[in-house]
Amino acid sequence: MNREKINRFFNRLPLHVAVIGLMLIWLIPTIGLLVTSLRPVQAINTNGWWKVFAASPGEQVYDQYCGECHGQDGALISTADLSDPVVIGEYPRSIQLLAMLRRDIDGQPHMGEIPFPSAQEAADIAVQLKAIAGGESIPRLTLNNYIDALVGYRGTNNYLADCEVGLLASGIECNLSDLLNPRGMGRAFINSVIVTVPATILPIMFAAFAGYAFAWLDFKGRYWLFAILVGLQVIPLQMTLVPISRLYAQLGLNGTFLGVWLFHTGFGMPYSIYLMRNFLGTLPRDLFESAYLDGASHWTAFYKLAVPLAMPAIAALAIFQFLWVWNDLLVALVFLGGNNPVMTYQISNMVSSLGAGWHLLTAAAFLSMILPMIIFFAFQRYFVRGMLAGAVKG
Amino acid sequence: MAQGPTPQIMRQGRLAPWMYLAPAILVMGFFIVYPMFTTIYLSFQNKDGTQAASTTCVEGRPCWGVFENYRYALTAELDPSSLQSIWQTFWLSSYGNTIKWILLMVTGTVSVGLLFAVLAERTKYETLAKSIIFMPMAISFVGAGVIWGFVYNYGAGVEQVGLLNAIITGLGFEPVAFISTRGINTIALIVVGIWIWSGFCMTVLAAALKSVPEEILEAARVDGAGEWKVFLSVMVPIIMPTITVVVTTMVINVLKLFDIVYVMTGGNYDTEVIANRMYTEMYINFNTGRGTAVAVILVILIIPFIYMNIRRFLEQEAMR
Repeated sequence: MNREKINRFFNRLPLHVAVIGLMLIWLIPTIGLLVTSLRPVQAINTNGWWKVFAASPGEQVYDQYCGECHGQDGALISTADLSDPVVIGEYPRSIQLLAMLRRDIDGQPHMGEIPFPSAQEAADIAVQLKAIAGGESIPRLTLNNYIDALVGYRGTNNYLADCEVGLLASGIECNLSDLLNPRGMGRAFINSVIVTVPATILPIMFAAFAGYAFAWLDFKGRYWLFAILVGLQVIPLQMTLVPISRLYAQLGLNGTFLGVWLFHTGFGMPYSIYLMRNFLGTLPRDLFESAYLDGASHWTAFYKLAVPLAMPAIAALAIFQFLWVWNDLLVALVFLGGNNPVMTYQISNMVSSLGAGWHLLTAAAFLSMILPMIIFFAFQRYFVRGMLAGAVKG
Repeated sequence: MAQGPTPQIMRQGRLAPWMYLAPAILVMGFFIVYPMFTTIYLSFQNKDGTQAASTTCVEGRPCWGVFENYRYALTAELDPSSLQSIWQTFWLSSYGNTIKWILLMVTGTVSVGLLFAVLAERTKYETLAKSIIFMPMAISFVGAGVIWGFVYNYGAGVEQVGLLNAIITGLGFEPVAFISTRGINTIALIVVGIWIWSGFCMTVLAAALKSVPEEILEAARVDGAGEWKVFLSVMVPIIMPTITVVVTTMVINVLKLFDIVYVMTGGNYDTEVIANRMYTEMYINFNTGRGTAVAVILVILIIPFIYMNIRRFLEQEAMR
């Protein structure tokens, strides 16, 4: 490397530090969620997720006090084989363990020159001894949290272990039907899909019609109608929830998918029309004129010309609306509630009822993020285009 | 409109446009326009919409007659015993908190977005860097609430499993209960909002920056302006219209923001905001009148931005 290059590198160093630093700050919380969701519940509450591959407290203390004589695997002294569950079974708690350590062996102090461990350290050693003896060894990473979240398991152990010994919690069958348990994220995932797909297609369809009319048809008041539409884009959901939920109660639409589809369609409309009309308006005028000259009707021009050409706008809208509906909580909370719980509803419910059940919460949150993340990274281009083209919605 | 009047050649029946518009107008009328008026009406009624709001007044207590729900919505969170107590309780009320949200979140997202747009443009890994900042836009507010709830986790024991408190105790300080400590908690929630929305600001501002002609920047550099000077006195003024759009968009988003507060604190510990309060009054306290009054206040705050949006649209149309 010559001098110039080195200078350039150091000049640009602060830039890279700032950019990479911000990237890390943005990424680390999500990585924390992912790592935590893959850790066994005991480990989550013992130490931070960044210590996932670090030695557990038990391992450290064991190495400090016992490792030298008994060896890493505990089998170094054949007359006191710590990997034998029968031997370890005699010292289930730290009190028995400490008593044993204070006893003399063959007239010599057990610990020799090494000081005695404290009560906390002894407890950690006891845990580690059980792990060595194969009694309660805990893996570093597990998929149990995801399984428990999917089937809505709320017990103290985990779903697979309970099912193995035939301990059936309420609502758990221990077969594939558990994936449809109304308390689980599996069912919520299906409900989210059922809500999202029609609530994405319907507004786009209606918006394509209306956008075509605004762009290529002549009618009285189209200018002002469109201006009103621009204003409607920023009306908050909160303004319309109450009358609609009262009306839905009378019509029996509360808690039904149909009610949510219609509501999302209504609210997705202003932004979708705005986008469609702006896009269709930029299509070349000659194209439409020659089509009409060839005797095409407006309907033919719409679905043979406008719709195929508007595919980029339709794609952008579809991703936008999909993410909006998938991630929505307020509408799901008010109109669906617990009848047909979607993922966001289920998670917000777990936050309030489970408190710090981080193993389930993190797994559930990640499950809800998988599909939007895939769609987002696959179609980021369209998403950005849709966002840049319009103002706001909601 | 788009490109002048439609030529004669595009024959159409008088009813045809309305057939294309009918589905859209029907659903919008039913789900946006009609409920808006009903909401205004209900805000002057009692808690189940059966009688006028003035009937809920209690003898000897302050009452605003038909505006009783508005009196409640505006003053119930305040302690009226002295001017000082009003001032203090205001800054912990839903209105005070909403102001904090607007000020901190809008400045936060716009500055992070602008800074990152400018910096990332000078690196070779621009696309990757922007994707990472933009990624939270794909995550729900609920998911973000869980992610950050864990970052803010507060443990009474020695070992902190929340990242932030682990750093704080690692530096030798006492751990902080971010969610339940007044004053800190609202800021902690705003940070979550900034994390989500900075990507939006960055993307829009980066697109504007790309359209700044390179020759102008070069000219400024040739004249001896440093990078900071180029940024502040050339780039920023040129993209000012875009910055204005982003700021107004963000203000509207913040006013409507409900999920973060609902999931992370439920409005407890003095973190209430207007958007969540509407939900609390309506669906937890089951008071239609008060809930709708809060909703109307929210819309009144948004009206200036509706006006600005329409005016901007009319200007754009005039320029076509």
